[in-house]
Amino acid sequence: MERWSRFNIASVVLGFGFLYLPIVLLVIFSFNESKLVTVWAGFSTKWYSQLWHNQGLLDAAWVTIRVGLLSATCATVLGTLAALALVRYSRFRGRVLFSGMVYAPLVMPEVITGLSLLLLFVAIGLDRGFWTITLAHITFTMCFVAVVVQSRLLSFDQSIEEAALDLGATPVRTFFAITLPVIAPAVFSGWVLAFTLSLDDLVISSFTTGPGATTLPMKIYSQVRLGVTPEINAICTIMIGIVALGVVVASILTKRREARREKDERAAFAAIG
Amino acid sequence: MMKSLGSIRRSFAPWADPASKPFISVKNVTKKFGDFTAVDDLSLNIYTREFFALLGASGCGKSTLLRMLAGFEQPTSGEIILDGQNLAGIPPYRRPVNMMFQSYALFPHMTVENNIAFGLKQDGMPKPEIAERVAQMLKLVKLEKFAKRKPHQLSGGQRQRVALARSLAKRPKVLLLDEPLGALDKKLREETQFELMDLQQELGLTFVIVTHDQEEAMTMADRIAVMSHGKVVQVATPAEIYEAPNSRFVADFIGDVNLFDGAVTSAEGGSVRIKTTGGIPVRMASSEKLANGARAAIAIRPEKIRISRQAPAHAPVNAAEGEIWDIGYLGDMTVFHVRLKDGKVVKASSLNAVRAVEDPLGYDQQVWISFGEDAGVVLKD
Repeated sequence: MERWSRFNIASVVLGFGFLYLPIVLLVIFSFNESKLVTVWAGFSTKWYSQLWHNQGLLDAAWVTIRVGLLSATCATVLGTLAALALVRYSRFRGRVLFSGMVYAPLVMPEVITGLSLLLLFVAIGLDRGFWTITLAHITFTMCFVAVVVQSRLLSFDQSIEEAALDLGATPVRTFFAITLPVIAPAVFSGWVLAFTLSLDDLVISSFTTGPGATTLPMKIYSQVRLGVTPEINAICTIMIGIVALGVVVASILTKRREARREKDERAAFAAIG
Repeated sequence: MMKSLGSIRRSFAPWADPASKPFISVKNVTKKFGDFTAVDDLSLNIYTREFFALLGASGCGKSTLLRMLAGFEQPTSGEIILDGQNLAGIPPYRRPVNMMFQSYALFPHMTVENNIAFGLKQDGMPKPEIAERVAQMLKLVKLEKFAKRKPHQLSGGQRQRVALARSLAKRPKVLLLDEPLGALDKKLREETQFELMDLQQELGLTFVIVTHDQEEAMTMADRIAVMSHGKVVQVATPAEIYEAPNSRFVADFIGDVNLFDGAVTSAEGGSVRIKTTGGIPVRMASSEKLANGARAAIAIRPEKIRISRQAPAHAPVNAAEGEIWDIGYLGDMTVFHVRLKDGKVVKASSLNAVRAVEDPLGYDQQVWISFGEDAGVVLKD
């Protein structure tokens, strides 16, 4: 392997510093004894224990998780169906328009998505709150799921579905017995992506929220306006921990599966030779 | 056992018997994709227990026809009758046919066992019977030891056998095979060809195979339909296709051929005389009714052309002088390219029946090529 030149070291340090310095600072100060955020006064975990007594934050966390679970699940169903329609029925009229429209929310400024959803909810007289946030989150995370699932479907050998039909499975059974199990990893990734997006969304939630439905990012944002407290740092550290854990677990699982697959394939070829 | 199969095969010719009823009848079927006509007003009869091959270059419509038999495509017009039943509007999962896919299309998330059992489960067969049938199929394709493996843990040849076992598990009336050996290497392919033939005879099934490999079709099939541009050009036994092609296309598509263009000088009493454009007077046995002066061509296979140093007794009829232009030594035989006086290159092959010949023919030698009156076929233009 090539030796590390000074230039390489410098660019790596700069790059990682740029990405992670703010996060590291936040984590460090969450263990600060002092109530003043920028003055270090010794190590303490008291802000973490205080979190459990802050009912407002806990409520917000609970709302966020419920919105996340519900919206990610609905978005996964809708996004998977959209992806199937786009990949499979390539001959239907208006496909290009439809696929463009599914992906529009990816590039649409969140402010516009949020505002238009708000206008819609007002127009149809829907009381704003938990359900409107959930609906809004389904709307904007669905397209991310569609993208992930679509890329999997493009490399999917359609003849295995034909084989299932040929062997007597109805189209519905074929979907559940063959298609879904094969694309399941992509569908799951889509779900995780949708859940994460929902978890940290601030803009769209702010537009579509109502009384009694404050999500964690909204709560944090509103508290920060009154001044950053070490408590906020603590809850952010916990969120970072959860996300990091999820990423690590997912990548370990993928690595393991790949390693096993490779081993199996080697064994199969050794058996022929 | 092989001997008795051979005798069955020799006497098997239901297509020649006007009393026998076709098992599959394709009647005036056309399939269009937008402006493109994939299958063009095609009619075919396939008989019970026949090994039928659809042969053609890619894009000739053979796969589309197979997919219409399986039910994945619906004919734009015309109808397909299978065992007395019109297949129009019947979806693939209700047809008594099964297909073996070119890509094998094994279910990647299921074991070999479950792949084979899949079709049986769809039929609601009781579990003990499924287990029994799966064991039977595994034995048939010699994969008993691999029942618990997943497809990615198998070699290409093993996957091919799983696909075959899966498509045979339901005992379909007809097995459709889409380039079933395309992904195997040459040696394995040749072995598998004979395995497939034995299997078809043993199970007494009707096989319809799609292939672009003429050798494969010639080896395995009872009859071959040569297809081009969505139409069937000729349907006949391998021997008829090779020895009596009905058109330039078939003559050229199957095997090597020398085509001599010319004009008819006389045609009577089962014999046709043609003067080729190169000036060779040819006399060929043929019952074709041809007018004097009509354009026609003679197709002669390379192995039916003789090479000699001296002029044959019947020269100049059915004979021409030339020089050896190229020699291709293939081991079992040698192919000579002989350049005639008018520049036409004729291919002639001769079997290497002995290990060494004294004074073999060499490059640039002056030789005569000649052929008998029954060596070739007269083709109308």
